[in-house]
Amino acid sequence: MNHQNRHQTICTPQKTIMPYQGATRRRKVKIQTPVNTLPMFEIIEREVLAENIYRQRIKAPRIAKYANPGQFVIVRINEKGERIPLTIADFDKEKQTVDIVFMAIGKTTKQLATLGVGDFISDIVGPLGKPSDIEDLEKIVFIGGGIGVAPVYPQARAYKDAGVHVISIIGARSANILIWEDKMNAVSDELYITTDDGTKGHHGFVTQVLEKLLTEDPAIQRVVAIGPAIMMKMVAQVAAKFGVTTIVSLNSIMVDGTGMCGGCRVSVGGKTQFACVDGPEFDASQVNFDELMTRQRTYLGEEKESLDEYHNKQNKQPCDNEECPLK
Amino acid sequence: MRPKMPLQDAQVRKTNFNEVALGYSEEDAKSEASRCLQCKKPLCVGGCPVSVNIPGFIGQIAKGDYTKALETLRETNSLPAVCGRVCPQETQCEALCILGKKEKPIAIGRLERFAADHGAIVTKDAQTEEKDTPITPPTNKKVAVVGSGPAGLTAAAQLAKDGHKVTLFEAFHEAGGVLVYGIPEFRLPKQIVKEEVEYIRSLGVDIQLNAVIGRAETVDELLGPLGYDAVFLATGAGLPTFLGIEGENLIGVYSANEFLTRINLMKAYKFPEYDTPVKHGGKVIVVGGGNVAMDAARCALRLGSKVTIVYRRSEEELPARREEVENAMEEGIVFNLLTNPVRILEKDGWVAGMECIKMELGEPDESGRRRPVAKEGSEFTIDADTVIIAIGTSPNPLIPATTPDLEVSKWGTIIASDDGATSKKYVYAGGDVVTGAATVISAMGAGRIAASAISEIIGKNSAHST
Repeated sequence: MNHQNRHQTICTPQKTIMPYQGATRRRKVKIQTPVNTLPMFEIIEREVLAENIYRQRIKAPRIAKYANPGQFVIVRINEKGERIPLTIADFDKEKQTVDIVFMAIGKTTKQLATLGVGDFISDIVGPLGKPSDIEDLEKIVFIGGGIGVAPVYPQARAYKDAGVHVISIIGARSANILIWEDKMNAVSDELYITTDDGTKGHHGFVTQVLEKLLTEDPAIQRVVAIGPAIMMKMVAQVAAKFGVTTIVSLNSIMVDGTGMCGGCRVSVGGKTQFACVDGPEFDASQVNFDELMTRQRTYLGEEKESLDEYHNKQNKQPCDNEECPLK
Repeated sequence: MRPKMPLQDAQVRKTNFNEVALGYSEEDAKSEASRCLQCKKPLCVGGCPVSVNIPGFIGQIAKGDYTKALETLRETNSLPAVCGRVCPQETQCEALCILGKKEKPIAIGRLERFAADHGAIVTKDAQTEEKDTPITPPTNKKVAVVGSGPAGLTAAAQLAKDGHKVTLFEAFHEAGGVLVYGIPEFRLPKQIVKEEVEYIRSLGVDIQLNAVIGRAETVDELLGPLGYDAVFLATGAGLPTFLGIEGENLIGVYSANEFLTRINLMKAYKFPEYDTPVKHGGKVIVVGGGNVAMDAARCALRLGSKVTIVYRRSEEELPARREEVENAMEEGIVFNLLTNPVRILEKDGWVAGMECIKMELGEPDESGRRRPVAKEGSEFTIDADTVIIAIGTSPNPLIPATTPDLEVSKWGTIIASDDGATSKKYVYAGGDVVTGAATVISAMGAGRIAASAISEIIGKNSAHST
């Protein structure tokens, strides 16, 4: 029995979709059982990319048909789930699939990580946000930090296909959580790796490699950086020294992803913008990163509470799978 | 005597999300219904945006035939259980009731709710025996309705009854629009919306959730390769307006849309059972005086917060329904009227309070309301850790931005004629996306009118082609 199957049977105690139960009030309306018309999205591939980092391929015809590099989706696992934004890591228009890559850190992502092939999630909506502009440039640098490598990939591929010289820098805290070296290699003319602890590639930060590249190669016209807010901020500062524009993709807190809640608002060039509809990509030199980082902290307390509660529940039905993401 | 609406006690209800108004008993309903004069020329009907046969359904309630009463309502109103709860009857049908001149007008709204809540019990057996017979034969025409709020649901129901194949696109994971994300459980239980949506589905409407028209399919695609004969845009007014004052991007500042969506659609009031969190339990300021402001304030109160409403005009100008203002006051919400926010104060990135200024009423403005003017030197501070901005919404630009030949006003509303026709052929629009934020029932009225116009224009087409 392979790990995945074991995983599914052990780690997924309840079905993800609650069928409509009909009226519970005293009024009884004749209901045409809508159960099979409820949207459900099947996970058709699951891969552990690194410690705590997962890739899932989801059958989502509408999203696959309309997706472009730079866009994102919002996922809701089940009836009680929250809506979480995730960038599109890959898509296949023919097979009607989209790939998401995420790190299992909060309740929702940990729960998502327990789902395997053949499981369903309630909702996935997209594509959301503006697609990246694929411009005619000579050389471009892509920087992916942590799981930020994943959303960089479809963009790098699009630039590579457009005949632009693609230089990629991918970084992680340590070699064991570095993802997609091979995939990035396939779409890059040059690939550099950095780790904070020196376990692979350059011992240090992506910004150091970037600075060296910009010093030596004046043909670099653009930098695209996706990763933690602090990394994007530092990258933008380095690039700005050389007069090179940095495009960043912002991962704000959001609910609907269509411009309705305003939770994702961020100051760009002194004006309030909504990351979900005006972005997610912006010229980094205009972004107020400190405000972004502050707003990202909004629910730290609640996130911990939610996760603790989840762990407590899970501990009551322990899982003996060694690979269980809850351990 | 017009019976009072039984309410949950204010001290109890402010700690729960259960419905505040409990609904008439059978006895109340019958006695109130028998008070109706059954006017030959009923004025009340003229006050209803969807022209409900009001004396008709009230007469049926008086006779005890709630089934018939509900059927009568459904002839022109596909959401009676919703309208009976959230319509501003006092300024519409009830304002025109002839009895209102001498005593209180008939409680039309409460009777509508009664019929919607009680009608179906009796119909259950009859309905299951009866086969679903389509009201008109299929036309083989396809219509796309974008947005599943009051306008979209109404239009979809009407178009389906006219025999068209209707697809209803909704961006959220649940249908209902403002009825599910905006109006709180204690004013409109979500189960009721669900049942109304299921009724519309039972008419044959294909409801596609998680479908963001403008990002996925465009309007041109719907009319072109996807083969729809007409499109009805009912995307509402969902874009929140902010004040544009200092401190508005601090943690703890919400648009009313975000606050209400977290609570109503995502059930943040049941956190951590439900995964979506919302800040609560502290001191909350709600800026604005409309129904949305009342809803946000009363939600915050139920989450254990101390709530103050800040509104720049006086009590008389509060745009919210009188009943909701009274309910809010009774529940203990503090009203800081003739007060305007100046800036939001900060501590470590979080809201720490709000500086306000006192206002006084000057000359009337374009809206006829007296313009509030700041009293110099009257600044003062209100303590708070959460600020909710409920000063209005405008239409979402996603569809206009991706539909080049669709004309839009400078406020972002889609320009449409009285029957909903836009500048683009076969594209109709109605509800808040045309009028700016308004009421559920006016959106439903627009949906109904546009549906008739659409049926007419695509009906003509088939006459040409055959």
